[in-house]
Amino acid sequence: MSSKPVEQLSQVIVRFAGDSGDGMQLTGSQFTSEAALLGNDISTLPDFPAEIRAPAGSLPGVSGFQLHFADHDILTPGDAPNVLVAMNPAALKTNIGDLPRGGTLIVDADAFTERNLQKAGYAQNPLEDGSLDEYQVHAVPLTSLTVGALKEVEGVTPREAERSKNMFSLGLMSWLYGRSIKPSIEFLEEKFGATRLEIAAANIKAIRAGYAFGETTESFAVTYEVRPAKLAPGTYRNITGNQALSLGLVAASRLSGLPLFLGAYPITPASAILEELAGYKEFGVRTFQAEDEIAAAGAAVGAAFGGALGVTTSAGPGIVLKAETVGLAIMLELPLVICDIQRAGPSTGMPTKPEQGDLLMVMYGRNSESPVPVVAARSPSDCFHAAIEAVRIALKYRTPVYLLSDAYLANGSEPWLLPELDTLPDLTPTFATEPNAGDEFLPYLRDEQTLARPWALPGTPGLEHRIGGLEKADRTGNISYDPENHDLMTRLRAQKVAGIAGDIPELDVDDPGGDAKLLVLSWGGTFGPVAAAARRVRANGKHVAHAHLRHINPFPRNTGDVLRRYEKVLIPEMNLGQLLQLVRSQFLVDAIGYNRVRGFPLRAAELQDAIESLEETL
Amino acid sequence: MSENGGNGNGALTAKDYRTDQEVRWCPGCGDYAILAALQSFMPELGIARENTVFISGIGCAARFPYYMNTYGMHSIHGRAPAIATGLATTRPDLSVWVVTGDGDALSIGGNHLIHALRRNVNFKILLFNNRIYGLTKGQYSPTSELGKVTKSTPMGSLDWPFNPISLAIGAEATFVGRAIDTDKKGMTDVLRAAAEHRGSAFVEIFQNCPIFNDDAFDYVRDDKEGVNRIVLRDGEPIVWGAERQKALRQRSDGSIEACAADDAGVLVHSASHETAALAFALSRVTQATHGGTPVGIFRNIERPVYDDLMAEQLRLAEEKRGKGDLAALLHSGETWEVGRP
Ligand SMILES: Cc1ncc(C[n+]2csc(CCOP(=O)(O)OP(=O)(O)O)c2C)c(N)n1
Ligand code: SF4
Ligand SMILES: [Mg+2]
Repeated sequence: MSSKPVEQLSQVIVRFAGDSGDGMQLTGSQFTSEAALLGNDISTLPDFPAEIRAPAGSLPGVSGFQLHFADHDILTPGDAPNVLVAMNPAALKTNIGDLPRGGTLIVDADAFTERNLQKAGYAQNPLEDGSLDEYQVHAVPLTSLTVGALKEVEGVTPREAERSKNMFSLGLMSWLYGRSIKPSIEFLEEKFGATRLEIAAANIKAIRAGYAFGETTESFAVTYEVRPAKLAPGTYRNITGNQALSLGLVAASRLSGLPLFLGAYPITPASAILEELAGYKEFGVRTFQAEDEIAAAGAAVGAAFGGALGVTTSAGPGIVLKAETVGLAIMLELPLVICDIQRAGPSTGMPTKPEQGDLLMVMYGRNSESPVPVVAARSPSDCFHAAIEAVRIALKYRTPVYLLSDAYLANGSEPWLLPELDTLPDLTPTFATEPNAGDEFLPYLRDEQTLARPWALPGTPGLEHRIGGLEKADRTGNISYDPENHDLMTRLRAQKVAGIAGDIPELDVDDPGGDAKLLVLSWGGTFGPVAAAARRVRANGKHVAHAHLRHINPFPRNTGDVLRRYEKVLIPEMNLGQLLQLVRSQFLVDAIGYNRVRGFPLRAAELQDAIESLEETL
Repeated sequence: MSENGGNGNGALTAKDYRTDQEVRWCPGCGDYAILAALQSFMPELGIARENTVFISGIGCAARFPYYMNTYGMHSIHGRAPAIATGLATTRPDLSVWVVTGDGDALSIGGNHLIHALRRNVNFKILLFNNRIYGLTKGQYSPTSELGKVTKSTPMGSLDWPFNPISLAIGAEATFVGRAIDTDKKGMTDVLRAAAEHRGSAFVEIFQNCPIFNDDAFDYVRDDKEGVNRIVLRDGEPIVWGAERQKALRQRSDGSIEACAADDAGVLVHSASHETAALAFALSRVTQATHGGTPVGIFRNIERPVYDDLMAEQLRLAEEKRGKGDLAALLHSGETWEVGRP
């Protein structure tokens, strides 16, 4: 425990920023682990460039990791940091604009060399010209302190010693916020212990040195404490959206009894799902890294034909390529889950940054009348449950289903209350095993309730049949160009998807006072900032209702009723108004959009402003 | 999943492989002969009908699955090898066949074809090559000869064609063969070997399209005497001609030239030769350049099969880590407890 005075805080937002090679992601995620194990609620937002190694010290090469930790439950990684750790001038330049006046700034003074200043476009050293006077600046020679501390570690080059400065800063931050460095030390032992003992030793020494430096330096007068949050009881782990989505798919495979087959082609920010699932072979998971996204989707359809759980994952540019295959799956009426981890576009856009720009594409981006159910995850850990829900619908209704996530949910993390397995749904499908019309098998004879067609697997004697992309005759599934049949089949496919509305929960409204006139409607990854904004508005004594859509196609059956109960409906989105268009056209509700496409999540503060100013007009 | 529904399959005949669907190819289309040959050949394989799956793309050729009374899928243009990859890797118990055309396999689906072949996925690919786009009514295809005059190339096509056999060999295929639609015996021989081959088997079938590219292969289709057909037989000298007077020999640079059958250097065919060079050189032997056209099996080697390798990894993972335990998986990594207040 520190000998310095301890100040209580209810929440802190820290941002680590440095060069891509500075190890900021590792520093951030280790600090996150320390906070999680201490029982804080947490929410993180990694922010890294698409370039693997942009030139060192350059502005495009800056990588960041923001962590929000609190003694109460929180909904977002936070709008702006209270503390900025900047490892070089470029990191300072690109991030200082987000640090509010009076905020704490910790910089590596050693990195503010002539050359680095020039690369970042500083004419003068900001540490010396008074431009940072509004902040609490701690200019710490992190590099030289680290190198000095590691002098005695054998087998470590000066260059390697220098690279441990991120761990020195982790140690310092751990001291400042009263975190134990034990989990980080254990992590390093595990990570490098087996292969490079001296690297593990160097990094551990650097963490300890950073911690000790905090204790002895006069630069920091107080330390801070953020007490554990009162979260629901149970077992927790910290999880990113892509991890949760992967686990959700493995769980769905177990719950359905079907082997999981994933077809994928690497693309940011979806690749981590392919990589994660490739490690679960003992669960019978087959991962197929295809030659392109079309093959990835096609192979998943082929696997589904054979009775596997067929899944394909990608992001915008790859999802576009899958469209024709999704159309085939609509016609074949086979289950398929397509995960779109949305990123900023169009075209290659900003690969590592989030957006909600693909909603209308997954709704309508196919030829002809081709409805597909759409499910969207709302937080990193929710990706687990959203994946199970997407699989449930796909299997039960024999249809492709789009599962939407985004780059923020994918890479962001939060504590996840681990579910009890017996609370998860049974997804076991029934396969056709015998003729369903006398001694004949009709592959398009539908279940009266779900309108799903029978799923007869190759290998089942007596049920041999052919399916394909040509229009089917009702019931028999034979090729048909009959005009009335096509009209009927088009309507049946639409009805089948529309009917899912009867099988999903009603839209729930959060309106504690019950007298709000304004409803905010969110979907997907904007859940956190919208819910956080609603809390702030209410804390100001004003009223606002919030409803969140998990299912976008079909909408919950009471959606129209809910929307019409309010004088005004506000729809915030990270696009130019896509849910807005759907809501307006389906419900004739004159909703208002709040739209920003900057490549980072909406901020609670801006949404609070938007809500409050709209509320004032009512 | 049924293991192998082996239900008195022995008694099956060609008739059992016919469906009740009206066959809709043009009269005289080479596809009829291929269908008939396959229907009479399938019972011979001893594979239960329900364990056989035909998957096709789009085109005239791709209508094939509708006429085979097995499981089948008529999918989308060019993608059948990708779809079949998913099926074959998850269902090793099935006998999976891909039917495709020259446009389907070599234009829009070229990427899937070459990758399926190099992976050596366990399925058979039958490419019906009529050197034209049939279904879209007669545009030139990637196998049409340079200068081909069609509706889309009134002054002749400008692109150099693919040689499907060379392409398949270049794509690391482990089995490559060629057959002729009207040559039931020759086709059956190649198909039998293809069916026995574990891994990807690629068979080009010369197929006449009397409507848009009639007589494209007359030189070998109507060649009962073997004047132009060079029938490749493993381990035998490569000779042909009415009197079997012509032969092939290899030049020192590896390429192949025609020679007299009594030449000292007549090439002995070896489909299992360790390098692909011989098969590739043979694939360059054409009617135009050598006065004969090889048919039969160019290449037939063993190489680990993608689906088997994948299954083996799953088995190894289970052996090492035990059968996956979902609760343990969810609880893996660093966890912490929050107690009841
Ligand atoms: C995505 C897509 N593009 C184009 C077509 C139109 N199309 C159908 S078949 C075909 C060419 C078929 O040629 P081939 O594969 O040689 O088959 P054939 O009809 O000659 O047997 C084309 C271009 C299509 N169905 N789908
Ligand atoms: S167009 Fe040619 S290939 Fe197609 S069915 Fe007619 S004859 Fe056969
Ligand atoms: Mg053709």
